[in-house]
Amino acid sequence: MTLLKVDRIETYIDQYHILQGVSFEVKKGGVTVLLGRNGAGKTTTLRSLIGLNPIATGAITFKGETIHHLPTYEIARKGIGYVPEDQGVFPELTIEENLKLAMRKTDEATLERRDWILQLFPDLKTFWKKPSGLLSGGQKQMLAIARACVNDNELLLIDEPSKGLAPIMVDKVMSVIMEMKQRVTVVLVEQNFYMASTIGDDYYIIDDGRTVHTGMMKELKENEALKKEYLGIA
Amino acid sequence: MDVLLNLTINGIATGSLIFLLAAGLSLIFGLMHVLNFAHGALFAWGAYFGVWIYTQTGSFIVGILGAIVIGAVLGWLLERWIIQPVYTNTMSQIQVTMGLLLVMNECIKVFFGPNQVSVQLPSYLNESWLLGGVILIKYRLFVIGVGILVFLGLQYMLKRTRLGLIVRAGVMNKEMVQALGINIKKVFLYVFILGSGMAALGGMLFAPYSGVIHAEIGMDYGILAFIVVVIGGMGSMVGSALAALLVGVLGAFATFYVPSVALAVNMLLMFGVLMFRPAGLLGRG
Repeated sequence: MTLLKVDRIETYIDQYHILQGVSFEVKKGGVTVLLGRNGAGKTTTLRSLIGLNPIATGAITFKGETIHHLPTYEIARKGIGYVPEDQGVFPELTIEENLKLAMRKTDEATLERRDWILQLFPDLKTFWKKPSGLLSGGQKQMLAIARACVNDNELLLIDEPSKGLAPIMVDKVMSVIMEMKQRVTVVLVEQNFYMASTIGDDYYIIDDGRTVHTGMMKELKENEALKKEYLGIA
Repeated sequence: MDVLLNLTINGIATGSLIFLLAAGLSLIFGLMHVLNFAHGALFAWGAYFGVWIYTQTGSFIVGILGAIVIGAVLGWLLERWIIQPVYTNTMSQIQVTMGLLLVMNECIKVFFGPNQVSVQLPSYLNESWLLGGVILIKYRLFVIGVGILVFLGLQYMLKRTRLGLIVRAGVMNKEMVQALGINIKKVFLYVFILGSGMAALGGMLFAPYSGVIHAEIGMDYGILAFIVVVIGGMGSMVGSALAALLVGVLGAFATFYVPSVALAVNMLLMFGVLMFRPAGLLGRG
């Protein structure tokens, strides 16, 4: 079942024509990876999906409903969580406050999800009352993911979760996303090919603001020519 | 010693009035990054409308409530119809809000007349006590009390309520607040209404404090509020409170001891603070 459909979207930032025709589909219950070189338009694609960089043309449908005309907060309320490249934690708020802010409900199901998240990320429980600005990069990433998971979201947009993290933290984040796959569909932007290929099910390559290739991740792993051409991986 | 105590109490009372005006400005700038030069006009409108209600009803308390209501209503109208379309354009904000300040001041003359209006204190607040050599003026203590109550109320709102949590987060990262499913525009409106209501309350309390009001008080005190917000640090409520007290107390001392520099003392204070802390006393660097 298609959860998200992105159809030839074009996005401008000021006078710059960043996305010039990005199209892809996300099936429910997997991890779809957006790959591409720096500046290809991956982050802008995620920001367009959540409405932070509204599209100029094209269409975005989520669960069959057009969402690209909605403001960001309404898109998020449809069930889409967003983890930005810079994690977007509120540094002067405690971990508890960051999560409380994200929780749109305080019903039993939300509290159960919060407890599940805290089991996945015990560090968050340890530093529960500390300002999140004091956390390490990896812990901030955990908090950012936790915040996106605490609501009943069906789709998570995660932008470069491995960026700037130590290898041990990358493994930790990877194992968490693998576990999250059981509950939620993920669109992942990732430069780290090891991570992307380990957890991704299918992929789309974005180049110069356009989707130029798609396929199953296990096929890409073996396609050295394609990796070299679009990702610069020898 | 008595003189020092008298000056300090006077300064704190003036600081409380300035705080009421500056707190709203600080919240509005901190969260919304809106340079609202019309904020002083809300102070003036609060003073005029509140005094008008006070003279019509004979009740100072009803006058205060009337001032808060007119401030909130004007705040709602301004944010919804005039400020919102220029959120993303700082130059337009400056032009529009400067123009608004002038228009709102002129409207005061149209509705309430061009002459100064003298304001009497209600009898139950028009008393003073002599404690040793210190003169305790009841109305000044009342103003200080209101200032403390508003400060504590704002602190409670910011630290203990969901609205406060959203405001604090919004000051740090508006985009992320929206990405969490929160309608920040609605919060902007609430903050604008709150700030406008506080400015109008400050204006109403200022009226009997000064004894006379004129249409230009908004300009005079609006500039003072900007100075306080800059000294305290944009978006910092505690910073604004500290800066308002500093400005009030230093102003009282300067007027008494060196009247020739009294007008310059706020600028000198701002200059001194910004030299060492460019983001203000408690602002983010």
